[in-house]
Amino acid sequence: MSTRNVQPVKPHPLPSQVVKEDEPALVAAAKSGDLNAFDTLVNRYERKIFRLAQNITQNKEDAEDAMQEAFLKAFEHLGEFEGNSRFYTWLVRIAVNQALMKLRKRRPNQVSLDEEIDTGEEMLPREIEDWGPSPEEKFKQTELGEILNEAIQDLDPSFRIVFQLRDIEELSTEETAEMLGLSIPAVKSRLLRARLKLRQRLNRFFRRSDQP
Amino acid sequence: MNCKTMVIELENYLDEELDPSLRAEIEQHLGKCKKCRLIVDTTRKTVQIYCNSEPAPLPEEIHRRLHDALMKKLRSKNCQC
Repeated sequence: MSTRNVQPVKPHPLPSQVVKEDEPALVAAAKSGDLNAFDTLVNRYERKIFRLAQNITQNKEDAEDAMQEAFLKAFEHLGEFEGNSRFYTWLVRIAVNQALMKLRKRRPNQVSLDEEIDTGEEMLPREIEDWGPSPEEKFKQTELGEILNEAIQDLDPSFRIVFQLRDIEELSTEETAEMLGLSIPAVKSRLLRARLKLRQRLNRFFRRSDQP
Repeated sequence: MNCKTMVIELENYLDEELDPSLRAEIEQHLGKCKKCRLIVDTTRKTVQIYCNSEPAPLPEEIHRRLHDALMKKLRSKNCQC
């Protein structure tokens, strides 16, 4: 274990890469009928919305349908978007609804986001090893993508969707709770468990190689 | 403050949603506990790595079908006008 890190780790805001500065102008242009502007928004977000739908539905065909329906609905109802939230958040909300509908249709008895969580579970992580400053740089982009994807797919669905919305889509706790019909403590509890489980799964890839 | 309490508060700590006194207690604990420092550090890195991860490129046929569907929608909307 490294002894270099002797100071407490200071938290800092998580990076935001979701919204670009031109988004409000593109949305305004699209609302006034500029189809190229809407097309730019589609091209910008289609990969993210497809990943979101795939992480919820766990099925490629359903994810494609949910993504298509989300963009079609966004296009159809663009006039109703008032700009009270980010356009991307509005789009994510539509996509989450579409994806959850697909999931519930396919697995009507298996999808419950508000199940009680077993609070007796020991939360203290077992494997505690140093990862070094940039553990992800050990891997090529495609390899890293596979590692991250495999780890997130192993999560319980109710943990996965909360992690997806909070830490990948960067929605607030309140937005996530409202979107999923969960209480704020339920979102926080699921997020904590999701983060710890993912940390545990990634540990074997990211730990420093000079450790036993 | 002990390790278990620190882990329970980890989510609020990482998201900077703690009141100053509890935050100070956690930072005092982290100053003494190397295991908890590593838990905080690796959990934060987990979040950052996912947050920074780029989605895989959309398969060309899925991209094309999406744009075809949008064009179809657009044409039907124009016809209604």
